[in-house]
Amino acid sequence: MGRYIARRLLQMIPVFVGATLLIFLMVNVMGDPIAGLCGERACDTATAAQLKREFGLDKPLWQQYATYMGNVFTGDFGTAFNGQPVTELMATAFPVTIRLTLVAIVFEVVIGITLGVVTGLRRGRPVDTAVLLGTLVVISVPTFVTGLLLQLLLGVKWDWIRPSVPPEATLDELIVPGLVLASVSLAYVTRLTRTSIAENRRADYVRTAVAKGLPRRRVVVRHLLRNSLIPVVTFIGTDIGALMGGAIVTERIFNIHGVGYQLYQGILRQNTQTVVGFVTVLVLVFLVANLLVDLLYAVLDPRIRYA
Amino acid sequence: MLLEVRDLQVEFRTRDGIAHAVNGVTYAVDAGETLAVLGESGSGKSVTAQAVMGILDMPPGRITGGRILFRGTDLLTLKEDERRRIRGAAMAMIFQDALSALNPVLTVGDQLGEMFTVHRGLSRKDARAKAVELMDRVRIPAAAQRVRDYPHQFSGGMRQRIMIAMALALEPALVIADEPTTALDVTVQAQVMDLLAELQHEYRMGLILITHDLGVVADVADRIAVMYAGRIVESAPVHDLYKAPAHPYTRGLLDSIPRLDMRGRELYAIKGLPPSLLRIPSGCAFHPRCPMARDVCRTDVPPLYEVNEQRGSACHFWRECLDG
Amino acid sequence: MPEPPPQPQPQPNEPEGAVAGTGMGGGMDLAASEASTLEPASHGPDGPAGSAATGAPGPQDRPRSLWSDAWRDLRRNPVFLLSALVICFLVLIAVWPSLIAPGNPLRCDLARAQDGPRPGHPFGYDGQGCDVYTRTVHGARASVTVGVCATAGVAVLGSVLGALAGYFGGVWDAVLSRVTDIFFAIPVVLGGLVLLSVVTSNTVWPVVGFIVLLGWPQISRIARGAVITAKQHDYVQAARALGASDTRILLRHIAPNAVAPVIVVATIALGTYIALEATLSYLGVGLKPPSVSWGIDISAASPYVRNAPHALLWPAGALAITVLAFIMLGDAVRDALDPKLR
Repeated sequence: MGRYIARRLLQMIPVFVGATLLIFLMVNVMGDPIAGLCGERACDTATAAQLKREFGLDKPLWQQYATYMGNVFTGDFGTAFNGQPVTELMATAFPVTIRLTLVAIVFEVVIGITLGVVTGLRRGRPVDTAVLLGTLVVISVPTFVTGLLLQLLLGVKWDWIRPSVPPEATLDELIVPGLVLASVSLAYVTRLTRTSIAENRRADYVRTAVAKGLPRRRVVVRHLLRNSLIPVVTFIGTDIGALMGGAIVTERIFNIHGVGYQLYQGILRQNTQTVVGFVTVLVLVFLVANLLVDLLYAVLDPRIRYA
Repeated sequence: MLLEVRDLQVEFRTRDGIAHAVNGVTYAVDAGETLAVLGESGSGKSVTAQAVMGILDMPPGRITGGRILFRGTDLLTLKEDERRRIRGAAMAMIFQDALSALNPVLTVGDQLGEMFTVHRGLSRKDARAKAVELMDRVRIPAAAQRVRDYPHQFSGGMRQRIMIAMALALEPALVIADEPTTALDVTVQAQVMDLLAELQHEYRMGLILITHDLGVVADVADRIAVMYAGRIVESAPVHDLYKAPAHPYTRGLLDSIPRLDMRGRELYAIKGLPPSLLRIPSGCAFHPRCPMARDVCRTDVPPLYEVNEQRGSACHFWRECLDG
Repeated sequence: MPEPPPQPQPQPNEPEGAVAGTGMGGGMDLAASEASTLEPASHGPDGPAGSAATGAPGPQDRPRSLWSDAWRDLRRNPVFLLSALVICFLVLIAVWPSLIAPGNPLRCDLARAQDGPRPGHPFGYDGQGCDVYTRTVHGARASVTVGVCATAGVAVLGSVLGALAGYFGGVWDAVLSRVTDIFFAIPVVLGGLVLLSVVTSNTVWPVVGFIVLLGWPQISRIARGAVITAKQHDYVQAARALGASDTRILLRHIAPNAVAPVIVVATIALGTYIALEATLSYLGVGLKPPSVSWGIDISAASPYVRNAPHALLWPAGALAITVLAFIMLGDAVRDALDPKLR
């Protein structure tokens, strides 16, 4: 088990370096890192050169990357366009996005798994067909369309929610945005659970459980569900990173001041340090979530634990 | 009689049509008796057993006729909950492949103990003790420690012993063993089979042994029922059948066993393939492969003729067959 | 007597690399999982797996290939027919939008801004007073172009790299696996924002390029898995034993058997790429005006949504139907190709 974790950790290092380097290159090579520093107009040549020296931008790229990462690991993410340290932005933005992601995951788990179990056990019946079609529709409609439509219906037409979430973004304000953020993954969790349940339902050990005379409920919950949820748990875990990264669209629609909002501002104003900093943290979250999923996987499936 | 299956009919709906898996099977087992059900895959032997246990997948399966009498009660008329109480407690099943038949994510102790918590209402702790006792019973070394292990940590033979322990946990009156040794190494097969026979004798259980292995049958069975295309084609006490088969299919099976005294000769093989259950041949289902087939075999379905009090044969020409 | 061999030991599906999941969001995950259950066609006497349970040997009257079987299935599948019809229609109006919308999508009349439908303008007007119907019809071209080109690029790049890595294994395989991990770790929309925000080009090509850049690892992973499975088949070993060259084995023996999952994923991916283009355009980094695209129109309509919801609903509906058609097509093809469902 210890070796397993160590191997996974080692495998993550190149992924972390690669992903952050890729973003670093995208921002620095494709964009102009000092463009945002002189306000609305372009910097004059002398100022530009001086700024470049100041930020170490005249050095080779790999050196810039190394310096940046060195700073990151000492907790220095640089300053945002308004002079605030990026870490301060993170301190306000991440709690909001984490809450939003949390709401989304609760939706995925509760609704997704319930629907998946119900349809998986009733494969081919009308309920199954209807839910399956519903999931396809949800997957097909891009999140931003779902979000705008829900905002229009619930926020404007029926006046159930505030169309725009206030800055403090409490959990109850985040219910609808969380649902929107979760929608595609939720549909996917439903399908995944359904497939998994339907497949395992015919498994020999389920037949054994029935032959043992166990009540149906016990067969489903103790024998069928436990096995079927292994891939689902894996997916939900890896989805955490994707949700936080994908929150940018949802946050824009509902005007939530989270990670996506800050990133969007950073990109609009071409603030390299904000963008790279936030993306670095997101990549880190993604990798940590993946590691946790691996560990959880081993807990759920003894065949891995003792392999 | 402990169990009587009468004229059982089961069909499956498939994409390509209706598969007639079981077409009027009749057999009986008494307490302490071992009935071997012999047949190729697709002959309906496992489906019949699943129908008896009540674990048939329905749909696509459907029982379209017949009765299953267990101690005189027709199981097919019982409510699902009543049947559930019988399953595991009064009748149990041993599956072929213990690795897939045991739940991979639960310890064997949990899976064995479950029988006692569910059917007998024992506490988890008492059930655990019972599980250890059972594992001892089927001679698993260091049972007290291994009770916390998962199925994949046991060898094939040990796993099958656990499977047997689970089936015998509540000392059922009837055990159905569906190819209990097929997935095992030859050396382990005999050990497991002996254990099963020993326990059966001890508890005076009725045992239905489903197999395709004639060698296994000869040692342990009292009676044999041979199935072909969803029907019983011959039913006889084991020695009578080996001595003189009364159905050409049984004869073919016996002739295709390699024997030491026939060394150097070509081994007999029944020509052709088992029929598709979607299109079972008219008349006697075996006629396309039968060396003795005549016109009547293509048109008339042979009933199970009474050869003597103890045996029956579903061949129009069973006399000729019996005479060799 | 022939008995089916004991089933192979069920193996837990260990995640393939340091990271599972795709970072592409649910749509792509759907595509990936849809195909991962697809095995390369097995031509052999084993028959369908399902028949063992019912005891029914599969119909053995004539050998049928996986593809002709699938095609027979698909022709009778209403979902397939409907989605194929929608896709044909889309391609048609993408190529000749003036067939059904003769107007100019860029001709707008501010005086009519946000007006509802009127004769000759069934969908009403958007915030700039442009005809929503004309713009919706003309928007198909951008979406279909991006979807088709990006999918073609992703499929070619991904399957070549994945197939080579899967076939030759070793160092290249390990390197490719790590590289795909890196790409999976970058959230797609975010990568798009970062990369495309600096591009000023007005064409679809930067978007296509970006999708190819972030999309190929998906297909490569699928293709790699399919090739590894196909590689283990006896006939491939036999061909190798007979001295066939690597090129010949890959093209003649492995490719035909590994192509099914790639096609399924590519079809579903096409739908998700169209959605991705619209999302990027909505965020202002995909296509830019004066290009005509559903994403741009939805983005432009969202501030006026209180007064003129129709300007948002029509392009959104068109987008949703398009994506749905591709996903359902892929779904139907997958079902038809999946031997386990037979």
